[in-house]
Amino acid sequence: MAEDKQKIVQVKHLKQYFNIGKPNEVKAVDDISFDIYKGETFGLVGESGSGKSTTGRSIIRLYDPTDGQILFNGQDISKIKSHGPQMKKFRREMQMIFQDPYASLNPRMKVKDIIAEGLDVHGLTKNSEDRDKRVRELLDMVHLNPEHMTRYPYEFSGGQRQRIGIARALAVDPEFIIADEPISALDVSIQAQVVNLMQDIQKDQGLTYMFIAHDLSMVKYISDRIAVMYNGKIVELADSDEIYNHPLHSYTKSLLSAIPVPDPEIEKTRQRIDFDHKSSFHEGQKLQEVLPGHFLYCDDKKAATFK
Amino acid sequence: MEIPQIPKDKFKLLNNKGNKEQEKIGTPALTYMQDVRRRLFKNKVAVVCLTLLSIIVLISVFAPVIAPYGPNVQHATLSNLPPKLGNLNIPGFNGYQNMGGKMVDAYQQVHAPKGTYYILGTDYLGRDLLSRIIYGTRLSLIVAVLATLVDLLIGIPYGIVSGWKGGMTDNFMQRIVEIVSSVPNLIVVILMMIILKPGLISIVLAIAITDWVTMARLIRAQTFQLKEQEYVLAARTLGESSTKIATKHLIPNLSSTIIIQTMFTIPNAIFFEAFLSFIGIGIPAPNASLGTLLSDGQKAFRFLPYQMWAPAIILSIIMIATNLLGDGLRDAFDPQSSD
Repeated sequence: MAEDKQKIVQVKHLKQYFNIGKPNEVKAVDDISFDIYKGETFGLVGESGSGKSTTGRSIIRLYDPTDGQILFNGQDISKIKSHGPQMKKFRREMQMIFQDPYASLNPRMKVKDIIAEGLDVHGLTKNSEDRDKRVRELLDMVHLNPEHMTRYPYEFSGGQRQRIGIARALAVDPEFIIADEPISALDVSIQAQVVNLMQDIQKDQGLTYMFIAHDLSMVKYISDRIAVMYNGKIVELADSDEIYNHPLHSYTKSLLSAIPVPDPEIEKTRQRIDFDHKSSFHEGQKLQEVLPGHFLYCDDKKAATFK
Repeated sequence: MEIPQIPKDKFKLLNNKGNKEQEKIGTPALTYMQDVRRRLFKNKVAVVCLTLLSIIVLISVFAPVIAPYGPNVQHATLSNLPPKLGNLNIPGFNGYQNMGGKMVDAYQQVHAPKGTYYILGTDYLGRDLLSRIIYGTRLSLIVAVLATLVDLLIGIPYGIVSGWKGGMTDNFMQRIVEIVSSVPNLIVVILMMIILKPGLISIVLAIAITDWVTMARLIRAQTFQLKEQEYVLAARTLGESSTKIATKHLIPNLSSTIIIQTMFTIPNAIFFEAFLSFIGIGIPAPNASLGTLLSDGQKAFRFLPYQMWAPAIILSIIMIATNLLGDGLRDAFDPQSSD
């Protein structure tokens, strides 16, 4: 990625621990650093429990980070008070799309009120007509029938519900959206629908996405750059083509080898590469740029071999 | 690491024109409360219960106007008279009583003045039972309503705060709950007697001190579950304040728990009052409550069964109606319930 591109999010040495000091301490996110450029889609992949969702939730400040900095448009948002004018402004600029369309909409609220929640919090509309008009616009934007705004979430299918969730996030005109596995709960035909919709909206509104997922083929399709997470650490970060065609870390190689191919001939001979945790991690490793724009979690000795 | 590509020309774009039609859902647009009312009125059982309860509440509210006699007015000569409804001669309501195997007109025996009749009879002091039941129901309902209010006003906020804050706050608040719930409420009432006279105030205070604990615990457990729900997280990322999250997201989704727990609280409070009156530390004589009426009626049940039947029936109706209405309300508040 070219240096002249504007950085919208800079994560520096972010750490998110839970139950600090207790025997069941969890280092969900352990010292990760990365930048997200304006207008791009940044993919974050990894297996369950690798800390991808926690990273997303720390960035949007659903959790208070244990340590490290998160710069959003140059401003450190990792320490701002959870109830204050700064936070309120930040809540408009960054939004989230959630994983489970069945859990992310309050079953007792009408679609209209779900979508308008952000409008109400930030006082973005003057009166109820204005509010209705904006909700209609948003429903239209996500290709839902505006007549549906007085329905309840249970009357919609998974894909439709996910689009309501997208409309809710868009209501406050955010710059940056974290999509936390937005398609993993949908069936495959709907996945493409939702991803294409997200891409169209990105083009229209000039949004930046952080796309968290474990479906590698979908992440490759939508992302400009991809970071691979394992055990709370980013092990590799590069352009999506680079990751796919020249993976350097053995964990990335293992992940890629696990993608099923819709071709029985290839599938018969596909070799799964096993990943050995012990041999890949030891002291003195850190994420460093080994090739232009290609970061790898390794020690200095290994990094030197790429020079 | 090569991923085979499916050639682009194998894909064809679907004709998307029919989509708008497909997505139509044909039900009328109503507000949430309109929806609740519509679903409640569709439930016939709930409507019947609501009507019954409304009648009982109205009668108790207007007791001084409706009751034919004063509840504590005694007529020593007219004691233990059976029910009599005018001169209509309806079996069971004709003033006849079984005395030594023969049916005799009890009103004639005591030389009641002409035109004297008690619809539900009189008790051992010659007090009109109907008036006493009306006033007794009023008192029992006051206890029930106050207990419910305490449940709602203390139990719900306490549970939500405890569950929402979590951590040390929750730990501390739960220890208080444990201390309160470890003291039996009978002991609280007896201790209350030291400073207060037995009566409505001490009963209500005892209920207020002990009764909210169950509600608080249930609400706390549910809040723990709800606060991890993605729609609550979404509200937080939108910058919604904690109070707003509680009223917009938590309470509506807690409503079924709240309603069901309230349906337990109401009969419990009435029973608790009845029990205290029964053992003699509740409502002091001569005031009537459903509990004192039952306890009085029970003493002569074998010979004068009508003295217990009437208050027992009223109590049962209140209990059953509140329970069934509660079920109806729970369904009505849930948009997903089949209608």
